[in-house]
Amino acid sequence: MSAPTLDRSATGSPDEATLQEQFDATIAADRRIEPRDWMPEGYRKTLVRQVAQHAHSEIIGMQPEGDWLLAAPSLRRKAVLLAKVQDEAGHGLYLYSAAETLGADRADLTDKLIEGRQKYSSIFNYPTPAYADVGVIGWLVDGAAICNQVPLCRSSYGPYARAMIRVCKEESFHQRQGYELLMTMMRGTDEQRAMVQDAVDRWWWPSLMMFGPPDDESPNTAQSMAWGIKRHTNDELRQRFVDMTVPQAQALGVTLPDPDLAWDADSGHWRFGAIDWEEFRRVLAGDGPKNAERIARRRAARDDNAWVVEAATAYARKHERGAA
Amino acid sequence: MSEVTAEGGHGAIPTGPEVPVQPRARAVQRDWPLYEVFVRGKRGLNHVHVGSLHAPDDEMAIDAARDLYTRRNEGVSIWVVRAVDITASSPDEKDPLFAPSGDKVYRHPTFYEIPDGVPHI
Ligand SMILES: [Fe+2]
Ligand SMILES: [Fe+2]
Repeated sequence: MSAPTLDRSATGSPDEATLQEQFDATIAADRRIEPRDWMPEGYRKTLVRQVAQHAHSEIIGMQPEGDWLLAAPSLRRKAVLLAKVQDEAGHGLYLYSAAETLGADRADLTDKLIEGRQKYSSIFNYPTPAYADVGVIGWLVDGAAICNQVPLCRSSYGPYARAMIRVCKEESFHQRQGYELLMTMMRGTDEQRAMVQDAVDRWWWPSLMMFGPPDDESPNTAQSMAWGIKRHTNDELRQRFVDMTVPQAQALGVTLPDPDLAWDADSGHWRFGAIDWEEFRRVLAGDGPKNAERIARRRAARDDNAWVVEAATAYARKHERGAA
Repeated sequence: MSEVTAEGGHGAIPTGPEVPVQPRARAVQRDWPLYEVFVRGKRGLNHVHVGSLHAPDDEMAIDAARDLYTRRNEGVSIWVVRAVDITASSPDEKDPLFAPSGDKVYRHPTFYEIPDGVPHI
């Protein structure tokens, strides 16, 4: 919100040291920073990067599953998938709304996404050749999203935390519809079971990469945690996800494609094999199977619909003049 | 590679200085105006601010707000108002605007001591 502010302070504005002190005290008390509060430039910039690219991930995230909207096997499955994809659009817009409270602008962020200057989650650069992919995305990709989004409900930045509360409520439907879809297929034919296993084989490792590089390659984690905009390290979140997911895979009857996956009774955690970070870097940088296609489609959506934006603007102006 | 954090929602995203954050005027001018959205969750409750959206006019702002903020019966009534039409107090907790109520503890019921034996007060 860029509303004008009444300035009736008799004493003038406090100096930066005082402002920093007040900011630190708010964070230390685990209270929320709100849009027009003073905040350190680094805090604001890191948040814009985090929130804006989170929004981009939601928006681009509609595409892999959106490809199945017309091909889903029943009216019920179509309705569910449509609701899920529509939610992801909503998540993107809640987050653009939060980013705008930090001085960013929605149309400008979209341009930065299309120009490749800002990124989105690498997970959406993988293809969805089978209908089982819809189920596996709901189960694993939205499941991983829940792991890193739930702690964000306590983000120190108020508008982001509030957006995440709304998102998390909806995310649970996403994961459950995916898991239910997979359970249905697992009760079907051998061919259907093979299709589910193949999808799990393709999505498991990219899902683990969703939590980002290991902690020793994340030098700024401490600062982000001190600011309350990151609540757990990448490795902690990844471990939590693996621990939650292994029993779900067992219940489903699929094998996770990791020969090193083993229960470690001492730590009470599932141990897993080495992640191919080279692949992660390549895909994030733009060299994944679907990067070019995802961006091309987003660009087409902006450019092909520009006339609608212009026409609605022209209509609104004319209407305003007529009313005056 | 630059810092990559898990907190990209649906997956890790980079947060290093190579990711630009400063808006350029060209894109801003192209977009529809910003509206703030308030929703009454159910009868008996106040409208509460839920977020914002861009729309060409008031009517489309209401329609978009319904699709964006009330997909699961979250509301029975929606207000939209252009963000530029809102005037706000300074949000600072030390704001002098709120100082007049800061030292008036006698406005609260707990200020008054009543013996335990007195009923219904
Ligand atoms: Fe989402
Ligand atoms: Fe989701």
